[in-house]
Amino acid sequence: MTRVSPPGSLLAAQDLRKAYGPTTALDGADFSIHPGEVVAVMGPSGSGKSTLLHCLAGIVTPDSGSITYNGHELATMSDAQRSALRRSEFGFVFQFGQLVPELTCVENVALPLRLNGTSRKEAERAALRWMERLEVDDLRKKRPGEVSGGQGQRVAVARALVTGPRVLFADEPTGALDSLNGERVMGLLTEAARSTNAAVVLVTHEARVAAYSDREVVVRDGRSRDMERAI
Amino acid sequence: MSIGHTLLGLLESGPRHGYDLKRAFDEKFGHDRPLHYGQVYSTMSRLLKNGLVEVDGIEPGGGPERKRYAITDAGITDVERWLATPEKPEPYLQSLLYSKVVLALLTQRAAADILDTQRSEHLRGMRILTDRKRQGDFADQLICDHALFHLEADLRWLELTAARLDKLAEAVTA
Repeated sequence: MTRVSPPGSLLAAQDLRKAYGPTTALDGADFSIHPGEVVAVMGPSGSGKSTLLHCLAGIVTPDSGSITYNGHELATMSDAQRSALRRSEFGFVFQFGQLVPELTCVENVALPLRLNGTSRKEAERAALRWMERLEVDDLRKKRPGEVSGGQGQRVAVARALVTGPRVLFADEPTGALDSLNGERVMGLLTEAARSTNAAVVLVTHEARVAAYSDREVVVRDGRSRDMERAI
Repeated sequence: MSIGHTLLGLLESGPRHGYDLKRAFDEKFGHDRPLHYGQVYSTMSRLLKNGLVEVDGIEPGGGPERKRYAITDAGITDVERWLATPEKPEPYLQSLLYSKVVLALLTQRAAADILDTQRSEHLRGMRILTDRKRQGDFADQLICDHALFHLEADLRWLELTAARLDKLAEAVTA
């Protein structure tokens, strides 16, 4: 059966398969997301949801299947092209250890722009704008070790959004936070992403976090099920 | 829970007398609330009237005649529809959801699909509450939080049940 991605998809995957040795992580998974959409990827531990995110982001190469971003097949790109895509079009938020401990918070947020060649002054100005939106601008001179988990995560979200990515990948972004801080991060993250029409691929096992999404895809035993299209 | 649908589902494995149906129901679903005979017979009369079951045979006995009931095609379709339709998210759904999952396993249907569909319905409810909470005042936030925690508890049960479906299948089909 030929599988077709929904029209207008920004990022789409069909029939992804990936194994690590004898362990099958993805077994024919599909996925699609439109600009401005927040899609939760849910499923039990070990179901393949993080592998799906890593494949979609071009971090991991699937054994077979197709991934297209904005109409371009990821598999036909060189490593350098995929790296450039990740730097310029994608943003990432993970559960732990994303901030560089030696840099201040504003330097951390400005870092992706600096790596892309933006001047320090301009990069930090843009970083501060994002820090204001994420309500952490008062932390600009502090180092990551001096801020709380929730504050650090909001700084990480600001850093992920500072380059104006079209897709934000968030892997258990509130996994290390209590429920109040987790909700604050999710509220600000989804609001900021929607205001820039960025798509958000949100991997989570928490229903309260998934409730910030527009729809959910369930991954079980390496296969995905789009619940909106399934019902 | 829907006694009618549950009895119909039990009939899918083959025709049974009212007494056998009651015994099967009590064993699988009625741990702390066994069915009364009156409930069984009134339910079967209604199912018969609606064409969802038919009388497969009548056996004369010492007492009243014993009717053996069989599910009709319309009955099977009705069970199918009931199993596939998610329940409105509300507190204390567990016994109804448990019945659906067990019946799906007993009738070789995809129990995981029922859990996924229900999870989606719960998440739909949680999205509405989350939106209301974001736009509301502090009192709205607290009220929505209360409802969200209840739905979240249901969802955790759905997740755990999904993870233990194989074990449940072994237990109910033993």
